[in-house]
Amino acid sequence: MRDSWKVQAFLTALLVALSSACGGPGEDPTEGGPDETAEEAGPVVSPDSAATITGTVAFEGTPPTGEAIDMSEEPTCAEAHAEPAMRIPAVVADGRLGNVYVYVKEGLPDLDWPTPSEGATLDQEGCEYHPHVLAIQVDQPLVIQNSDGILHNINTQPTANQGFNISQPVEMETTREFSTAEVMIPVKCDVHGWMEAYIGVQEHPYAAVTDEGGAFTLSNLPPGDYVIEAWHETYGTQTQNVTVGAQETAEVSFTFSSDMAGAYVPLGEPIDLHDHGDSALHGSRTPVASAGR
Amino acid sequence: MRRGGVDIAWTARGGAVRRTVGTAGLLAALLGSMGAAAAQTAPAGRTTYDRWCAGCHGDDGAGDGPAAGTMLPRPRDFTTGLYQIRTTPSGALPTDGDILRMIDEGMPGTAMPGWKDHLSEAERNELVEVLKMFSPAFERDPAEPVEIGSAPGVSDEGLAEGRRLYERIECWKCHGQAGRGDGSSAPTLEDDQDMPVRATDLTRNWLFNGGGSTEEIFTRLMTGLNGTPMPSFADLIDAEVVTKEELWRMAQYVRSLSPDEPPRTREVIRATLVDALPAAVDAPAWESAERAYVPLVGQVIEAPRWFAPTVDGVWVQALHDGEELAVLLTWHDPSRSPDPDWAEWRARVLSAMATDGGEAAAEPTDALAVQFPTSIPDGMERPYFLMGSEQEPVYLWHWESGVAGAREAIARGLAMIEPLAGEDALVSRAVYEHGRWQLLVRRPLEAGDVENRLRFEPGRAIPIALFAWDGSNGESGTQGAISTWYYLYLDQPTASAIYAVPFVAMLLTAALGIFVVVRAQRRAGAAVRGRGGALDREAD
Repeated sequence: MRDSWKVQAFLTALLVALSSACGGPGEDPTEGGPDETAEEAGPVVSPDSAATITGTVAFEGTPPTGEAIDMSEEPTCAEAHAEPAMRIPAVVADGRLGNVYVYVKEGLPDLDWPTPSEGATLDQEGCEYHPHVLAIQVDQPLVIQNSDGILHNINTQPTANQGFNISQPVEMETTREFSTAEVMIPVKCDVHGWMEAYIGVQEHPYAAVTDEGGAFTLSNLPPGDYVIEAWHETYGTQTQNVTVGAQETAEVSFTFSSDMAGAYVPLGEPIDLHDHGDSALHGSRTPVASAGR
Repeated sequence: MRRGGVDIAWTARGGAVRRTVGTAGLLAALLGSMGAAAAQTAPAGRTTYDRWCAGCHGDDGAGDGPAAGTMLPRPRDFTTGLYQIRTTPSGALPTDGDILRMIDEGMPGTAMPGWKDHLSEAERNELVEVLKMFSPAFERDPAEPVEIGSAPGVSDEGLAEGRRLYERIECWKCHGQAGRGDGSSAPTLEDDQDMPVRATDLTRNWLFNGGGSTEEIFTRLMTGLNGTPMPSFADLIDAEVVTKEELWRMAQYVRSLSPDEPPRTREVIRATLVDALPAAVDAPAWESAERAYVPLVGQVIEAPRWFAPTVDGVWVQALHDGEELAVLLTWHDPSRSPDPDWAEWRARVLSAMATDGGEAAAEPTDALAVQFPTSIPDGMERPYFLMGSEQEPVYLWHWESGVAGAREAIARGLAMIEPLAGEDALVSRAVYEHGRWQLLVRRPLEAGDVENRLRFEPGRAIPIALFAWDGSNGESGTQGAISTWYYLYLDQPTASAIYAVPFVAMLLTAALGIFVVVRAQRRAGAAVRGRGGALDREAD
């Protein structure tokens, strides 16, 4: 029972990695995902009981306008953009919010979730990170790729994890991991001050990043009562309680609004998975996004 | 733009709030529990820390002591566990030896002094333990130092190879083509406390925080500087983008950008007498002229003060031809103010620095003032080095970027500068190139109006002091970098008398000697002859 559950969880991890790796703005969600090659990890969620949580993140109010990025010092990148690249605090389309990191915050059983062997890719192309928000698991390979072939440095600034700041002056790939769950790890390039990305790290596979349509899916969950958190770099966090039964699909929707700009955005909060099930633990510490501050 | 008010200064970390508040609860909890633990067993060294370190680094090691707001870079926040100077990989914890080295040697070019000569070895070792207690990061496994191996022999080809790698892996993006920290990304850099941070000027290895030897430079390339934009290049070796030897070559190249020995300051700047004075800053005559290094520090004596000056030294060279004096002043400044690319840097520095008043100039300009007394003092008395006083003004050469030429002025105190009336006696030329200003000023030794305009008299010690401003760093008025008084000494014209007198004296001495000898011989001869005559007579 427990073994088949593990395989399921692992497949879920791959799916999550797939969906999150492709969750960046303007990317085709069907491209560039890792192949699903299950390994020796045993199943942790039985197909008979696997549940799904799906939903959308809506946006109310006036979508923020960005500012054009001056890439004149970097012709390689300037030429990569037909229209001037924009630095936008939020990706909003048709009242939906993209780039929201949604994950199971509380309620999972205390299990050793299998680590995906497939890497999650953070690419640097046109002096932008793709994706902008990335969901990975503890010890999952983080494949940092430089497709521009010009100097980038990858300066990660975690709190709970050991960070790194490495140079990639040519087209190349570097692989690293994070050993501790953390929401979120900021990534920046000091050569190009506008480049920013965020990496969410979980011990479990139940995390996703909303696509341009604001949609997300967490699948292959064990049935249970969960606290789901949605994190956005500009509008902060929100949580919801969800109960989902075997083979059921529960829907959750979040709504962020332009009033929430400037909300407290938690960064670098370590998450101790082994305390899961003790729902009181994190609830008191994590503020929920509110209008203003 | 008014930037008075503690307001701005102390909310400057607003940018960091978002990031740090998230961990505040955790840190508070940890510090709280640590505090409890500390109360039970106050670590040895805590008293030392409270006495010598807490003023800048704060009671809880968060880099927020009372003096922190006047410092850029800010004092290290020990709670993060991030240490710039390490022998361990990027992001890793420092070794105890790394922390001790920092305490011992300090961080040149910052407010952090070395403590080797002030605290005992035991006290310094105890401080290492105190610093580690401030961060939960030290619960992680300790890191091992990186393998650096040893440097290949230095050769011209090796240095050229190092230069090629410097270009290929784009070090110049931050450090600039000539290594003076003026790269295109330099104005945008910030550290882990969201504070503006300089790309290191690679031509001044005596100010490198981790030491200026080739081995130390190579170590920094391998480890990066945690908490700063400087990344590690170790992965490039693993990925076979560069070889370890190439990286060593680059370390050797970077070392070669600085002089073999750090500049020694000398009291006296000598102006050699030459036949013809150079008219350009790059004239060959300057290559052979003596170079004197004049260190500068922030003006922190009179309000509004300035604690984070850009210019920390000026090279001074002087020549004269008996009629006219030429002075070449060379200093590094990564921005040619006003430069729109540095406008944001300036705003960030101004909001980061605690201020005690003052208005930032509307148009940021770079400037340099050379101070002299109005007349050469007979004794050791000199005017006040901060631009003189009402009673004892100073005579100034005042140059400003964007303004045509250096002007003569009289100063009666800081920011009390008045242009001198009458025709300006100065001829000047300023050239900016790759993060370096060169200013050539020429003036006749004697220029009418001797009451205000100093007579440059050869053979006398003439007091000279400097004041420099970097507009893009928010400097103007009283807020800039100052030097103390030095002396300018113009060689006396080597009139033929200088060579003739000893020669004539020698000749005279020789002649006198010969005369004396000859005369003595004659007398002796006469005496002998006289005695001989007498004897002859006796014999007769």
